[in-house]
Amino acid sequence: MQPFALPSMSLRFLPVWRRNLLVWRKLAGASILGNLADPLIYVLGLGYGLGSMLPQVGGVPYVTFLAAGMVCSSTMNSATFEGMYSAFSRMHVQRTWDAIMMAPLDLDDVVLAELAWAASKSVLSGTAILAVVWLLGLSHSPLSLWVLALVPLVGLAFGALALVTTALAKSYDFFTYYFTLVITPMNLLCGVFFPVEKLPPVFQAVAEVLPLTHAVALSRPLLLGEVPGQIALHVLVLLAYAAAGFYAASVLFRRRLLK
Amino acid sequence: MAVLAVSNLRKSYGGQEVVAGVSFGIAPGECFGLLGPNGAGKTTTLRLCLGLIDPDGGSIELMQRPVPGEARPARVRIGVVPQMDNLDPDFTVEENLLVYGRYFGLPDRTILERIPGLLEFAALAARASSRIQTLSGGMKRRLTLARALINDPDLIFMDEPTTGLDPQARHLIWERLKRLLAQGKTIVLTTHFMEEAERLCARLAIMDRGRFITEGSPRDLIAQHIEPHVVEVHGDEVMDWADAEARSLATRVERSGDTAFCYAADPTRLLASLSGRALRYLHRPADLEDVFLKLTGRELRD
Repeated sequence: MQPFALPSMSLRFLPVWRRNLLVWRKLAGASILGNLADPLIYVLGLGYGLGSMLPQVGGVPYVTFLAAGMVCSSTMNSATFEGMYSAFSRMHVQRTWDAIMMAPLDLDDVVLAELAWAASKSVLSGTAILAVVWLLGLSHSPLSLWVLALVPLVGLAFGALALVTTALAKSYDFFTYYFTLVITPMNLLCGVFFPVEKLPPVFQAVAEVLPLTHAVALSRPLLLGEVPGQIALHVLVLLAYAAAGFYAASVLFRRRLLK
Repeated sequence: MAVLAVSNLRKSYGGQEVVAGVSFGIAPGECFGLLGPNGAGKTTTLRLCLGLIDPDGGSIELMQRPVPGEARPARVRIGVVPQMDNLDPDFTVEENLLVYGRYFGLPDRTILERIPGLLEFAALAARASSRIQTLSGGMKRRLTLARALINDPDLIFMDEPTTGLDPQARHLIWERLKRLLAQGKTIVLTTHFMEEAERLCARLAIMDRGRFITEGSPRDLIAQHIEPHVVEVHGDEVMDWADAEARSLATRVERSGDTAFCYAADPTRLLASLSGRALRYLHRPADLEDVFLKLTGRELRD
């Protein structure tokens, strides 16, 4: 295989994706609870607790402001976790990828399946939070349905970045760096907990190029019932992260596994 | 028409040639054994043949398709039993077969029709809904074999199929492999059990340091490389005896610890020299293991 060739995209990834779905179905209860608990605690704890001491943020109650960010943040976390810990287990610990590649499937098919699966898992998380937002009455606008289209895109972007990390990881410990150096700053700089405009200009400039900023820039107006500005730009940035991450991950996995 | 044709295959890792110019062909219905000490390059050769890694040189044709270029479609007709167990730990026995069959693009209906027969073949019919963690080593190995047959392959690659199994489990696997050969399947297996190679393989190659050092039927290899009689002698004074007597009576004498291995075309005088001495000995015909040790040496390969 050419080391820098574009990944081949075929429907062959589907049986691998179905394999992961079958595993997930066996543990679905615990998994959904886990996906929901963490962001819910943030929304309820910070949203109502901290929110009670704050005036309106960005023109709305803090809990509403925060929930719009949490939809994206929890989608990001879910895709990241699946693309790193779970994919690494399947690749390195259980040798599931080895078994798959003895069948008439290639590494490209496996990587595509992992990306699609990470995105699928994250859609579940994002949608669950969205459902909570609706149930709590934090959003009434039909425009908020568009978040359902945004969430898969966010999942693809962060799933792809997570796979790049997995392709480079020697052990699970490596993922701590990614969380500390990428995910945590992303959560704090990209407008999940407070408006990006409140940051010093340097950090605002950094936030401008981070994918989560663009996700939040779409989700927040949608949940508040407004049409977001610069839709094309935000969507393109997320697509670019997904495409570049997927390509880099494919090249790195080939280097790691096909030598 | 060969199901596998390999010519001048080469692969290096970190400047060291692991496969150093290997050529061989496999005819349909044959059982070909690849023998060699640890690190000889057996597994790497198999992985190259399957197109799982790219060669540095040489050519491979698998099921009349060039590898690695068309390895993926070629694998549609191939089954693989890998050295390391990689069954899916999240699934039951049955689910492992179902999920694996889907990787071949088989419809669920076809797979579900095949599963009972395969479980029967693997002597796992009673364990269809057991989780993988509850299976013994032998059961896992048999399931891996059943999994390799889910696509009804023409050619099956097996990398050390019985390593780590107890004699009962090993004999069951051997019996099943003979059944597959009787059905007309082709098998390529690597092993370092000489007994396994002698029982199953019509033809074998001994590999060391990335090269084939000899090739032929087990009987031919024994006839060609080794004296027909072996007398193994143990005891405290064995080395004195070996130096004084054996070296002139045997064609070759090899020492390993306090055992002398005496190889001879005619053992009569060796046995006469031993009678009446306080040395324990065993007289037996030469086997493949003697050939293997002669060609690859007695030192450890870790």
